[in-house]
This record gives sequence, C-alpha cells and structure tokens, in this order.
Amino acid sequence: MPGFERWLSTPGGKVAVIRSELALRDRLGGLLVRLDVGRERYAVPAGLYALGSPDAAAPVVVTANYKLTFDVVRRALAGRSLWLLVLETHGINVWCAAGKGTFGTDELVRRLQITRLDEIVSHRRLLLPIFGATGVCAPEVKRRTGFAPTFAAVRVTDLPHHLDHGGETTALMRAPTFTVLERLTLTPVELVGGFKAALPLFALVAIIGAFTGGSPVGGALYGVGALALAIIAGSFATPILLPWIPGRSFAFKGALLGAVVTAAYLATGDPTRHWHAIAAHLLLLVPVSSFAALGFTGCTPFTSPSGVKKEMRVALPLFLASVVLGAVAFGLGLGGA
Amino acid sequence: MQGFRYLENVTTLKLDVESCSGCGLCVEVCPHQVFAMQDGLAAVVDKDACMECGACAKNCDSGALSVDAGVGCAGGLIAEWWQDVTGRRKKAACCG
Ligand code: SF4
Ligand code: SF4
Repeated sequence: MPGFERWLSTPGGKVAVIRSELALRDRLGGLLVRLDVGRERYAVPAGLYALGSPDAAAPVVVTANYKLTFDVVRRALAGRSLWLLVLETHGINVWCAAGKGTFGTDELVRRLQITRLDEIVSHRRLLLPIFGATGVCAPEVKRRTGFAPTFAAVRVTDLPHHLDHGGETTALMRAPTFTVLERLTLTPVELVGGFKAALPLFALVAIIGAFTGGSPVGGALYGVGALALAIIAGSFATPILLPWIPGRSFAFKGALLGAVVTAAYLATGDPTRHWHAIAAHLLLLVPVSSFAALGFTGCTPFTSPSGVKKEMRVALPLFLASVVLGAVAFGLGLGGA
Repeated sequence: MQGFRYLENVTTLKLDVESCSGCGLCVEVCPHQVFAMQDGLAAVVDKDACMECGACAKNCDSGALSVDAGVGCAGGLIAEWWQDVTGRRKKAACCG
C-alpha cells in the first residue's frame, strides 16, 4: 500500500495511516502514467485511510482510487488529521469515473457500509469533489446512509480553505481551470494515441512518398514528416494554444492550425513543388489535424456532448470531401508528371 | 470558465421551475455557474456554459432538471456509433 505508516485502531476496526509525502517511487510512477506507460492498472486499494491522527470529529474526504488522485489528495492535505474514504473506481480519476458511474451513489453507499464509517466518526458529513456530483446523488446518499455529502471544491488544493473557513466554497473554488500546464499534461496521451491510430496512414504515406518522391527514401521521409506534423498540430499545438486560436469549434481550430503547419512545411521543404502536390498535401492533412483536435474535446472540462455531436455532423462529411479531392489532386499530379 | 467557451445553443439542459423546491443543490454542483437562485427558486443564468455533465439533474431531488448527459468526446462518440453499427465494443481514447 503506498505511503503506509502504521495501523490505527478504531471502533470500526483497523485503519491504515498514510503519509502525506510522496516517495520517489510515487513520483516516477506518476510520470510513467502521464506518458501513457502502464496506465491500465494504477490503483490503490479502496477503503478507509487515515491522515495524521483523526478522531471521531475529524472530517471525511471522499476520493477515487486512481493512484495519481490519491497522491495529489494526501499531499494537498499534509499536516491535517482527517479520514480519507477511497472509492473503488478501478484506477480511474474522479471525473471520468463519475461519468461512468463508478464514482457514484451505489459505490459510496457500499463503501460507507464496508468501512463501518458510522461507527468511526460521530458526525454525518462527507466532503466530495465537485466533479464527483455527476455520479453521486447527495439526497439519495443521505436517505440511504444518513451521511450528507457536500461538494466542497473542484480542486483538492482548495479543500484546506474550505476546512479552515467553516465550510466556505468561494466562486473560484467552484470553477474549473484549464491552464497551459494542465493542458500540457493531457497532451502526451493524446499524441501517443494519435500516432498509434495513424500507424496504417504512416505506412501508406511512406509507400506513396517512396514511389512518387525525388528519391525513394527522401520521398518516404517527406511524407512521414508531413503526417507527423499534422498530428502534432492537432493533438499537441491545438490543445496548448486553445484559447488563442480563433473560433469555438475544435474541428475548426485544428483545421486552421493544420493548414498553417502544413503550408509552412511545404514552403520550407520544397518551394518548387507543383500545385497538385501542394493541394494534395493540404486536402489530405488538414482533416487529420482537425480530427486530432476534435479528439481533445474528451479531455476538456467545458465541452458538451451535444456540441461535439454537432461538430462531428458538420466535420465528417467535410473530411470525406477533402480526402476525395486530395486524392484527385494527387492523381492529377501523377498524370501530369 | 474564463477564456473558454464552447458552441452556443446546443445544450439539452431543461429546467422546469414549477417543480423546483429551491434546495439550491444545482448551484452547488454545477462547475460552470449555469444557475443562480432567484426569489428562492433556481434560474438558468448562463445556459451556453453548460457542458452537459449531468450533475445538476442527478442531484435535483424534485425532478425539475433534465439534461442528456453522456460521452463528451469525438473518440467516445465514434466508439458509440461503432457499437451501434457493428454491435462490437471499441475502446475509446478518452476516460480510459
Ligand atoms: S436542485 Fe432542483 S429543486 Fe434544487 S434548486 Fe435546483 S432545480 Fe430547484
Ligand atoms: S449539466 Fe453540468 S454544466 Fe450543465 S447545468 Fe448541469 S451541472 Fe451545470
């Protein structure tokens, strides 16, 4: 168990006391997860934990059993004495797990019963992250267990303020942020996923490039480079530059950046290229960037499913048309060469 | 959310003020300040900020709120369509 310090005996049984400092192992593990290595099983056992030396009146903080979340929570609450009720979300973070329902009413009720929390604490209050409300119905939890959930803050780092100010939640504590750094930490998974999904495309581009370029190796590399840049434009550059790219549609933002990046690549690579080649590159690669950018809607805390559906209804036919035209331009180029 | 706005006029959020009991829970759970209490009842004050997370409807004990909450990313939607068409499940990139 990560960060285990000692056992604490309570009226409800033994509870593991955990440290709030992270070990080097925790940090390294966190890094690997961010890079999408071994992301599948990064969980801590669900159950009740103690931070510091909590008593029957100490607050109860509810969180998910995703190891990274668990680490962020115990670090943010360093120096405090409280109970940590960790739900079984199968190693998935609160937001995603709440959407799936694993961070949900039933699991919370079950975990309260298994841990016999009602025998350990004298109060009946639970502190939950605001993003957990998608899966947890507070009135139902209250009816079924007597415990009343409060959705205290979006970020656990704001929990100390809530605890120290009589349960106050300011407007800022309710608002999610989406800083450059937060967006940056989300991009590795997007990039790796994008490149993996595009492997067949890479093979295709390399073969076509080898047969149509000046030299086989040079032609293959040129095509592979163009495709790689298009993916980076959509999966990396668009998320990072998100608020500064004009428009609201992610597909549009990605297409815009893809067009700029592809045009720059063509201009620096071989400015003497025929217009057929230029048109073919743009028409074939802009949809790639656009689609990659659209994929990032899954990572943001502000895009709605209805909005994404609307984008897809508009974008998918355009992608198809663009790819067909691109293929035609490419064919014309071959015919004229 | 300052600096981030998504498409307008798309959310499926509906509030039936007649049924509202004025508990205020929707204000507490909404991460985008879509609601405010007015004269003791909930009011939608920023509809286009809604991301259809479903937290408000989930917590409204009076059944005054409804919203089509669901998968919010392109990969997930394609996976859903794929499942509808082929009957086979495909793993989505987002939300593992
Ligand atoms: S949660 Fe429902 S009942 Fe409570 S204030 Fe909001 S709309 Fe009204
Ligand atoms: S669905 Fe989510 S974002 Fe939309 S109003 Fe309800 S709580 Fe707010």
